[in-house]
Amino acid sequence: MKTLPKERRYETLSYLPPLTDQQIAKQIDFMIDQGYIPGVEFEKDPTPELHHWTLWKLPLFDARSSQEVLNEVRECRSEYSDCYIRVVGFDNIKQCQTVSFIVYKPNTQSRY
Amino acid sequence: MATKTGAGFKAGVQDYRLTYYTPDYTPKDTDLLACFRMTPQPGVPAEECAAAVAAESSTGTWTTVWTDGLTDLDRYKGRCYEVEPVPGEDNQYFCFVAYPMDLFEEGSVTNILTSLVGNVFGFKALRALRLEDIRFPVALLKTFQGPPHGITVERDLLNKYGRPLLGCTIKPKLGLSAKNYGRAVYECLRGGLDFTKDDENINSQPFMRWRDRFLFVQEAIEKAQAETNEVKGHYLNVTAATCEDMMERAEFAKEIGTPIVMHDFLTGGFTANTTLSKWCRRNGVLLHIHRAMHAVIDRQRNHGIHFRVLAKCLRLSGGDHLHSGTVVGKLEGERDITLGFVDQMREDYVEEDRSRGNFFTQDWASLPGVMPVASGGIHVWHMPALVEIFGDDSCLQFGGGTLGHPWGNAPGATANRVALEACIQARNEGRSLAREGNDVIREACRWSPELAAACELWKEIKFEFDAVDTL
Repeated sequence: MKTLPKERRYETLSYLPPLTDQQIAKQIDFMIDQGYIPGVEFEKDPTPELHHWTLWKLPLFDARSSQEVLNEVRECRSEYSDCYIRVVGFDNIKQCQTVSFIVYKPNTQSRY
Repeated sequence: MATKTGAGFKAGVQDYRLTYYTPDYTPKDTDLLACFRMTPQPGVPAEECAAAVAAESSTGTWTTVWTDGLTDLDRYKGRCYEVEPVPGEDNQYFCFVAYPMDLFEEGSVTNILTSLVGNVFGFKALRALRLEDIRFPVALLKTFQGPPHGITVERDLLNKYGRPLLGCTIKPKLGLSAKNYGRAVYECLRGGLDFTKDDENINSQPFMRWRDRFLFVQEAIEKAQAETNEVKGHYLNVTAATCEDMMERAEFAKEIGTPIVMHDFLTGGFTANTTLSKWCRRNGVLLHIHRAMHAVIDRQRNHGIHFRVLAKCLRLSGGDHLHSGTVVGKLEGERDITLGFVDQMREDYVEEDRSRGNFFTQDWASLPGVMPVASGGIHVWHMPALVEIFGDDSCLQFGGGTLGHPWGNAPGATANRVALEACIQARNEGRSLAREGNDVIREACRWSPELAAACELWKEIKFEFDAVDTL
């Protein structure tokens, strides 16, 4: 029997071991297949009810491959290495956000 | 077909068939359409019985009255425009009735149901009657505002995207003190659930009065939210003996800053539900809807009201979540039929499809969607099937499947959250959850001791009953 340790989480996919770049790419491929518009967001000290993280550049309206999005994630990570980064997705038909998952946590040691 | 009584008033018992059975009638876009499953008494012809259904659920009275002469019956009468035998059933018929929109008050589910499922269900010429489906005309639908927020706004408020939400009903149902209850809530939420839920029986009993419960639960929500850095909530049940009591509880819930309240729409009633729903929209509080008493109404195949009708009515009356069965758990519900009414809850346009139980094409005209809640008898091994069946826009509730974990609520919650996210990741990577679901769960067990413990406990449990609900 174990007591669950206290740990800060960052919503969807944050209960998995940190995603590798290859795993992130697969999630982005799925988004693009669904017709969603990918984007990258970052924030230094996000609180649970903070709805708007800062947008990295603009959503990637013309992205055709996960590689283009991943390159932006890497660039964002090197410029804001002290920030949390998540990939988001927008559906312009339903006119709303549909995807958000964490791809980078600064200086954190996950239990897994 | 004109129905004027040109020769003046003639007293006598109505022959409904002449007036209310009109097979040549083409339903109008503005008509409200209904499909009944009708079982006439032996010896009563189907058309005659169908005409009586149309009459008794609209303008008809058993005998002619002189004041009929002061009205334009053609403008107000319901018309049975089609009768067809139910395939594979002896003496059962689908009876389609068109009702002019003016028969109903704007924005009132109560009024629609009072007409459609009122006296007619006790009519002597019928052995049994079941309301299978309703098509609401867009013009009437536009007099309703529906769910207070809807799926899209709820996700934005909660910051949760790309996965089903996770919940859990706090058990035991009855007897916990408010503080003990708050602790159970906190442990579930800190483990990774998005929501916990009051059991429907919990209102304000002597062992735990509502105000004490609300305060301890809110403290639990805030603590779990601060520690996990994720938005948390608990469906605070505001169902009460009177509307005044219900509103007092809702106002207090808002005052202490809780994100969501809960109501039982059938035992509480549609009028109370619509009042609460409008209040929730005005006050930015989400609304979870429980459905106690539904099986009394919808379980018999030949009599009552099908749940798809109750679900459609709830979407009009208003609610952000609605319990809609699990397909896989301890409560029954056939898969295609369940998905048929789940479509009615969350899609904007639903095509007629008998195989899914949808008798009419329904245009929802941009009314917000209701999130289906799958709850009851489900655990981590069901997760792949649930994700596959319900998709992202759903709320999966593991009661025993969280609280029954051998290490307690928080590890139980983590087990469910890990299983869910492993399934989401796998699905998005193109793996088939129907075929590889168990492998996905097993793989996650390797790095999640909480999930491994859950899988160890529940692997033997199976629920396999034939569903009663087929067409």
